[in-house]
Amino acid sequence: MAKTVVQEFTKGLWEEVPPFRLVLGLCPVLAVTKTVANGIGMGIATTFVLVCSNILVSVLRKIIPSQVRVPIFIIIIATFVVVVELVMQAVAYELFLLLGIFIPLIVVNCIILGRAEAFASKNGVLPSAADGLGMGIGFTISLGVLSAIREAFGSGTFSIPFPEQLAPLFGIDPVIQLFGPSFQPFTFMVEAPGAFVCLGLMLAVMNLFGKK
Amino acid sequence: MGDYILLAVGAILVNNILLIQYLGNCPFLGTSKKMETATGMAMAVVFVLALAGIITWIFEAVFLKPLGLEYIRTIVFIVVIASLVQFVETFMKKSIPALYAGLGIFLPLITTNCAVMGVCLINIKEEYNFLEMLVSAIAYPAGFGLALILFAGVRERIIIGRVPGPLQDVSIALVTAGFMSLSFLGFKGMI
Repeated sequence: MAKTVVQEFTKGLWEEVPPFRLVLGLCPVLAVTKTVANGIGMGIATTFVLVCSNILVSVLRKIIPSQVRVPIFIIIIATFVVVVELVMQAVAYELFLLLGIFIPLIVVNCIILGRAEAFASKNGVLPSAADGLGMGIGFTISLGVLSAIREAFGSGTFSIPFPEQLAPLFGIDPVIQLFGPSFQPFTFMVEAPGAFVCLGLMLAVMNLFGKK
Repeated sequence: MGDYILLAVGAILVNNILLIQYLGNCPFLGTSKKMETATGMAMAVVFVLALAGIITWIFEAVFLKPLGLEYIRTIVFIVVIASLVQFVETFMKKSIPALYAGLGIFLPLITTNCAVMGVCLINIKEEYNFLEMLVSAIAYPAGFGLALILFAGVRERIIIGRVPGPLQDVSIALVTAGFMSLSFLGFKGMI
């Protein structure tokens, strides 16, 4: 155990940032990044599930028999996904409607099961929590960047995450127009193909910088 | 009858689960490098999804809805799918070893394939009746298989070609998938 807790946290931010370096959990990455608000909302929901399930798996790692560990991990994850679902219904109902079936589908997001299996089931509580938080924040930032690019080109706007709570706080519009009235939206970017192409090109840019 | 055909065409082409609804992308990129693995994965998904669709629909109709337990649907469905996959694997190993040899290695991967869970949830969300559910549980994975096999064919050619350094592997695969998705978007006017 050479790595400190801080290193476990920071590796999720760049070295092993989930959707790019590990190429896991692509479905939500592609599906919910039409607007920044959706992307960040999804990222935060995933982060919550990731941290909680990592902590619980790590606490129970000595009790869980290794033959049936995967079903148990899945049930732990599903429990937290239900928690997120119910909380989101209460706090951010519009976001809940927009994300639709992708909230229950956090359960089958490979990043979460992957971290439970590869990290939390072998490490202590504190490193596992740090790992989950780092991965989650890395995932959220990636979703944020991708959705910012897609939204800026596709609809020419930037939507504030959690509009009901944040917009009145700063006294700004929940959706900011970026380019002025004469902008023609490039709708390819917010449609399905734009998601694939944009993610592919972002991956290429990451590879370019990673190869130094 | 016409409605069911429309539903099937819609599920296979217009709302293709892989390229338009973005479900099941992890196995899409993972198994599309070779034609054999792509075919195996496609068959396994069709097989499991048809069963999972029926069983989860019955669970919803018999237990969850009458008892008002919709809020634990996520847990129930994932447990049903995981145990179904386990059961199919064991059953196949014992009784149909020939089929197991072809599909075996793909079965465990299916538990975390969001296409399976996704279609089960779509069936509930759209409030399909039993027959409509049956059509959707067969047509969606058929669309998945179609896209996966077509894409594997394209990807086998890409491996031979000269791809610029940073774009290699997953990156170029995603861009290619984007253009395939664009062509599937062309079916939008059909219905």
